[in-house]
Amino acid sequence: MFLKQWIILCFSIFVFTISVHAQDIVKGKKIYETRCLVCHQSDGGGVPNMNAPLDGSSNVVGNNIGRLVKIIKEGYSEKIALDGYYYSNVMTPNPDFKDADIANVLSYIRTSWSNKATKITVAQVQASKRKK
Amino acid sequence: MKTLKNSLLIALLAVTTQLQAQSNAGLKLPEGFKATLFADSIGSARHIAITTNGVLFAKLMYPNKAGKSIIRLEDKNNDGVADNISGWGKYGGTGIFVKGKSLYATSNTGVFLYQLNDKDEVIDSLAPKTIVKGLIDRKQHESKSITLDGQGNIYVNIGAYSNACQEKDRSPGSKGMMPCPILDSAGGIWKFDGNKENQVYGDGKRYATGLRNVVGLDWNSKTNSLFVTQHGRDQLNSFYPTLYTDAQNAELPAETMYEIKEGDNAGWPYVYFDPYQKKKIVSPEYGGDGKKEGGEDAINPAVFFPAHMAPNALLFYTGNLFPEKYKNGAFIAFHGSWNRAPLPQEGFFVAFVPFKNGKPSGDWEIFANGFSGLNGDDKVKNPRNAKARPCGLAQGPDGALYVSDDSKGAIFKISYSK
Repeated sequence: MFLKQWIILCFSIFVFTISVHAQDIVKGKKIYETRCLVCHQSDGGGVPNMNAPLDGSSNVVGNNIGRLVKIIKEGYSEKIALDGYYYSNVMTPNPDFKDADIANVLSYIRTSWSNKATKITVAQVQASKRKK
Repeated sequence: MKTLKNSLLIALLAVTTQLQAQSNAGLKLPEGFKATLFADSIGSARHIAITTNGVLFAKLMYPNKAGKSIIRLEDKNNDGVADNISGWGKYGGTGIFVKGKSLYATSNTGVFLYQLNDKDEVIDSLAPKTIVKGLIDRKQHESKSITLDGQGNIYVNIGAYSNACQEKDRSPGSKGMMPCPILDSAGGIWKFDGNKENQVYGDGKRYATGLRNVVGLDWNSKTNSLFVTQHGRDQLNSFYPTLYTDAQNAELPAETMYEIKEGDNAGWPYVYFDPYQKKKIVSPEYGGDGKKEGGEDAINPAVFFPAHMAPNALLFYTGNLFPEKYKNGAFIAFHGSWNRAPLPQEGFFVAFVPFKNGKPSGDWEIFANGFSGLNGDDKVKNPRNAKARPCGLAQGPDGALYVSDDSKGAIFKISYSK
């Protein structure tokens, strides 16, 4: 009896985790499509010389989460050198994004296309902000 | 026996397909025109220029793998493929122009002048004259395109380092600055002396203003005037979703060609040209609603094209090789769009506009197409997937048209025979 309950509990946690996971990605994808896709494109490839790619980008799949959070929130206006190419366009800031939005969209771009990095939690977004 | 016959048939079919694939270097052209792949993988070839001896020079946006940024290409055996390729220069840039033995090339901040010998080889590759220096490069629209008139004056595009002159560039809700302070040193065409050294802004003259970013420009020797092609503004839907849908943004505003007279204003950032209403419409950053007209003091385009296709080169055809209809008409190299997303991208082609008596005399048409697929699928969702992106144009002494590609570094030669 005890074992059976334990199994059910485990299974519920498992299902719950899967659905939370899926929700992150679904919400992140929605944000991406409405706010990011126009410049970074549907395949995350960016635009040569203008808008930096997210797919295959060492920055996006890297461990400097604080930098990614800052760029999403505040935009970026420096000419950026990334993986051997330069990108000159100004990145639009997203001051209205909540920590959860940033976590969701980061989770989406870090696990989409050819990217296979870890997802990002709200706690990580908040911790990265405290660090600076 | 039957198997052998089948294998032979299949082999023959494969060879034929292969040959077809290679015909015209993958381009689609009007009847009678032929293309060859003049060069490939030379680097990010922006603008190109050709001497009267048929030597082609390409300016690269970045130095290539060999560390060269100006490439010299010669087709010694005249088979349509360059067989003698060399280069020099360590600075990236877009503009290149040749007049006699004077070769002008641009960085993103200045213009340099090289001398060629009687074989059109560079004499002073390490010590060019600096003609213009200190021009603004604030990353966005930083490339400097050039052309010369018949009087030794050089015209330089200085693009606006902004999308729509907002207080904070490309930020939703940020207002347009009034007057736009960028226009004092960018967002227009500047005229300098083509032979005087070390000129700065103060030595030149703002020849035309209100031009967001001109990449294509050419002096029309028939009208004796400058023509330019402007890259129109981006992101109407991103920043004003209540005024513009994704589908509307994909078609707004028009890409435009202007005939420029000294002192002209083309209206940026206050207005944009709407290809459907055929009017100058007030930009939403300046209180526009998609309908309100403005720009009473601004000129109208001579020709307009679909939005976001990025006209990167303009060339008035003066050769005798192509049929009569092309004489004195304008070729425009479109780089292809990015700001049509989420709709598919468009415009990886070379267009033609017929001219008569110095005025456009008919609708524009696609002249050379197929750059994005090169025999594959021409539909691309992202410009990075385009196999080639037309960027520069030049006319050879025999009347052939050359098209450069800055993504993979190809040069196409288009010729004609009856």
